[in-house]
Amino acid sequence: MSIALEHVSYVYSPGTAYEKHALKDVSLEIPQGQFVGIIGHTGSGKSTLIQHLNGLMRATEGKVLYDGQNIYEEGYNMRTLRSQVGLVFQYPEYQLFEVDVISDVCFGPKNQGLSQEECEKNAREALELVGFPEKYYKQSPFELSGGQKRRVAIAGVLAMKPKVLILDEPTAGLDPKGRDEILDQVEKLHKETEMTVILVSHSMEDIARYVERIIVMNHGEKMLDGTPMEVFRHYKDLEKVGLAAPQVTYVMHDLKERGFDISPDATTIEEAADEIMKCFRG
Amino acid sequence: MPKEMIHAEKLIYEYDKRDEEGNIIGAERAIDGVDIDVPQGSFVAILGHNGSGKSTLAKHMNAILVPTGGTMWVDGRDTKDPAELWNVRQTAGMVFQNPDNQIIGTVVEEDVGFGPENLGVPTDEIWQRVEESLKAVGMLERRKDSPNKLSGGQKQRVAIAGVLAMEPKCIVLDEPTAMLDPNGRKEVIRAVEELRKKKHVTVILITHYMEEVIDADQVFVMDDGHIVMHGTPREIFSQVDELKAYRMDVPQVTMLAEELRNRGLDLPRGILRREELVEALCRLR
Repeated sequence: MSIALEHVSYVYSPGTAYEKHALKDVSLEIPQGQFVGIIGHTGSGKSTLIQHLNGLMRATEGKVLYDGQNIYEEGYNMRTLRSQVGLVFQYPEYQLFEVDVISDVCFGPKNQGLSQEECEKNAREALELVGFPEKYYKQSPFELSGGQKRRVAIAGVLAMKPKVLILDEPTAGLDPKGRDEILDQVEKLHKETEMTVILVSHSMEDIARYVERIIVMNHGEKMLDGTPMEVFRHYKDLEKVGLAAPQVTYVMHDLKERGFDISPDATTIEEAADEIMKCFRG
Repeated sequence: MPKEMIHAEKLIYEYDKRDEEGNIIGAERAIDGVDIDVPQGSFVAILGHNGSGKSTLAKHMNAILVPTGGTMWVDGRDTKDPAELWNVRQTAGMVFQNPDNQIIGTVVEEDVGFGPENLGVPTDEIWQRVEESLKAVGMLERRKDSPNKLSGGQKQRVAIAGVLAMEPKCIVLDEPTAMLDPNGRKEVIRAVEELRKKKHVTVILITHYMEEVIDADQVFVMDDGHIVMHGTPREIFSQVDELKAYRMDVPQVTMLAEELRNRGLDLPRGILRREELVEALCRLR
């Protein structure tokens, strides 16, 4: 499923004194199977953007196309779209409510009208995909740790078998190991299912490590769009809008300034170590 | 009477575990024999995975919870003593994760004034304290604004000012930056550093961001209700494998230095800052 936004704008309270552009003329294309990161400071339009992607918000101008079809056209099946584009909100564990884990994950597929067996089958597959241990399937979701709760919440979306998975800050509040576990699982999922994954994050280090493309939002506009290396090359512009590059990128720039013959573009520990070692060999 | 700001001896916190009908089925120990000393004016960081007991420990520092075993003294006051409750709360102020749950005023300066007003501080002095506290966190020019116009980092700084206006000797921050963007995180950490330097407030910071603790005087790592590691940031972050076993991490710069050591470069352990790594690499060349 390819996604395209064509000149999308979203204006709050148009024509009044409170008129505010939450999105301003955003155009972008995301082909099926891409792993995309969205960054931007609080209030930059990230959340508004992702809510346009599954039709929760309707653009005041422009078009949203899925596989070339305009979702605002009359007769377009929004319901199907929403089950194909899974959105995991921030702190999704607050939305858990069922008596046990498996019933909670079944809730989505049940609403899609699947039979009890199918629901359970999908739920089990989804829980397996997020690496949730089977022995806790019958446990109350409220007795789980923060990281486990979050896995259940993500499984709840995966059980609907979406083609696109959007995660809004899936690691907020988790400890470092929990952060890595969730993101490693998402990466694995992306590789195994070829699902499109769109990750919103405040951690530049995480974004650099996992995604193949970064979209930078600022004041409702798309400010940068490219590979992590291309985007973090503009670290000075990023700082001006409240963002930054990963720490290792700064180390590389410092080293270059001190006369090291290296390319300063590294955005992950591995890339940085590879580049630095070149200066110490032979 | 212990003279440290925070002093705990063999602290235990147990709570009842209940089944679905509410019957007690056992006891759970969230804190299990913790000894901790925080000297007046110091900056102490507490790390630990989700569920390790660090927030429970923090809640003992201003008597939201009182120990079921052992003793917690705050500025020499036993938190179990009901007569000391308000003194303890006034000595140690708390800042929580979500700024939206802590701000109640409709105007920034009113929100900050709420604490001292409740303490019965005379009006003139309230305004003086509001001004000073907002100045300390760099939010004075937003004093007349509505809090809902502020960014996360700004709201959190207002929450800190609200605690500061009660003139606590000690401030306990429980993951104050967890919900903020990189800039917001920097603003809050900078504000906290100012407090310590200019107002000599004792700071206890609980966080999952390793970069935020490199300036601490001491770091404690908790696991399963125990303190399992204790030392300076450099001592703690030199032990990469041990930290990872406790579900923690090290700053990215430290990790890069570790990776370079593993690849054969003769770098010292426990590099914390970007400048240190750059200097060390320049010396090696």
